[in-house]
Amino acid sequence: MTAYIIRRILIAIPTLLVISFVIFSILALAPGDPMSQFAANPNVPAEVRERIRESLGLNDPFLVRYGKWFVSMLRGEWGFSFASRVPVIELIKQRLPQTITVIGIAYLVSIMIAIPVGIISSVKPYSIFDNLATTFAFIGFSVPTFFTGLVLILIFSVNLKWFPFIYDSTLQVRDWESFVKMVKQSAMPVTVLALFQAGTLTRFMRASMLDNLPLDYTRTARAKGLSERVVILRHVLRNSLIPVVTLIALGLPTVFAGAIVTEQIFRIQGIGELLISSIGRSDTPVIMSVAFISAILVVTFNLVADIIYGILDPRIRYS
Amino acid sequence: MSEANPSLQTTAGANSAEAALQGPSMRKQRSLWGDALRRFRKHHMAMAGACLLTIIILSVLVGPYIYRTDPKAINLMIPSMQGPSAEAPLGVDDLGRDLLARILQGGRISLAVGLVAMLLSVCLGTLIGSIAGFFGGMVDQFLMGITDMFLALPQLPMLMLTIYLFRDRLSRAFGPETGIFLLIVFIIGVFNWMTVARLVRASFMSIKQKEFVEAATSLGVSQIAIMARHILPNAFGPIIVAATLDVGSAIIQESVLSFLGLGFPPDTPTWGRLLYDGKDFLEIAPHMVLWPGLMIFLTVLCINYIGDGLRDALDPRSRL
Repeated sequence: MTAYIIRRILIAIPTLLVISFVIFSILALAPGDPMSQFAANPNVPAEVRERIRESLGLNDPFLVRYGKWFVSMLRGEWGFSFASRVPVIELIKQRLPQTITVIGIAYLVSIMIAIPVGIISSVKPYSIFDNLATTFAFIGFSVPTFFTGLVLILIFSVNLKWFPFIYDSTLQVRDWESFVKMVKQSAMPVTVLALFQAGTLTRFMRASMLDNLPLDYTRTARAKGLSERVVILRHVLRNSLIPVVTLIALGLPTVFAGAIVTEQIFRIQGIGELLISSIGRSDTPVIMSVAFISAILVVTFNLVADIIYGILDPRIRYS
Repeated sequence: MSEANPSLQTTAGANSAEAALQGPSMRKQRSLWGDALRRFRKHHMAMAGACLLTIIILSVLVGPYIYRTDPKAINLMIPSMQGPSAEAPLGVDDLGRDLLARILQGGRISLAVGLVAMLLSVCLGTLIGSIAGFFGGMVDQFLMGITDMFLALPQLPMLMLTIYLFRDRLSRAFGPETGIFLLIVFIIGVFNWMTVARLVRASFMSIKQKEFVEAATSLGVSQIAIMARHILPNAFGPIIVAATLDVGSAIIQESVLSFLGLGFPPDTPTWGRLLYDGKDFLEIAPHMVLWPGLMIFLTVLCINYIGDGLRDALDPRSRL
């Protein structure tokens, strides 16, 4: 097992290197020069501009610049925001909790919906319940999250006035009252994300159960006289969960992307909102850091998925 | 689809008992595509999706010639943001522009983005996948390494980053509308070819070991001709399924980008852009959001159902 984990980590490191290299090169290839503001300024002579370039390391070879950038990213020196002059890492520390709460809860909700629904669907395929569930799953991943979000706002905020439609990021849970407020304002963003994710997961769960149900070991379990409940929940479910668990780990970065849209709709001051507003303000250090974080997230969760798969399915370790 | 129709009708018309009596040589020929069409027709939701999508495509193509209101004209006679009325069947937006005309116009762009981006990603994926699957070895390892890396890229942040960095230069070079169209289509295509590449590689690897490929090789057919004429047509099934689903996801990606304000310029009414324009008036003018959103939703739902039906029809083993 240790050898397997080490091998996986050794594969993950070059992936991260390559992704960060791609992010860096896109930025380096892009039009625009950090010195362009000085170029327009007649008070800054050309040789001064050249010396500034030299001192900032802008004249270094491409690979050297990439190396310096990557090392400082790993050391947590992410530079300062152009717009607010605050260290980027501070901005991200402020925003991350909002995103993680909403995404985390939504993800848990979607798993708690998808697994039981997938199981029931697969036990009686093409029954009324299965058809309903399949239709809902299909709608779930066909509706773009921004549309679900806007429709929910329209129904529950504008018409019914149940929930506020702007998420108050400064709200802190101290007592019962603020907790209720928190639940109310999180309800819609969480629903939007959970609905989308549950659609894919349900279909996957059902397919995986259907793959395992006709196998020999299921028949053996039934032949031993076990109750149907034990056969499904103890024998079939355990094996069917293997690919689903991997998908859950792999899917987290996708939800992160979904959160960018959701945060925009409900005006949550999370990391996705930070990315969009930074793009609007051409705040390059922040944009780079957020892109880098999402790259790290993707690579980490790929690694986690691989390791979980290795634990759950011993066959994988030896291939 | 229409070419396959006659074979289907003859199959259905033939009495199977009679055919069995007359022996296998007398049996009416069933083509592969005829069989696929028959399986597709059994998938009711896919058929319904195909019908609805045809209606949507037709109305977007023909609509602007019948409903001749200018999508950019500002109608001062109608109060701004008024809902559906006799003069404007779907209402008007905040500047008094006709929403129906804008949705028809925008549908053309949204669907075009979906189609062209799909073509790009399918071509790229087929090229990379077929080279990797056919030649194997080092070439395969290298190309699949690139594919895995692209799969590990954070999609939406990357899309946003590239659009942010290149949109000004392209809109200067090709004009705002064409420039952004090229950029969006290119970027969506370049970030979405990986599934097709993997599918094509897998098909090529299994098909290249079949006897008919060996036969072609021994006849002295060139490698390129074997790839293009002998193996590729046999790998069409999964490619078509993936291509269909790609159109849907490209439409969603375009609308997400537009919705985040990173898509088309304000006077280009794609469905996503219309949503973006309407989202701030949700309380006063819900129709500005509902109609374009519904169009995106219905189109993507139809495409997903068609993809599901095609998977049943063309690629029954890989059912999910």
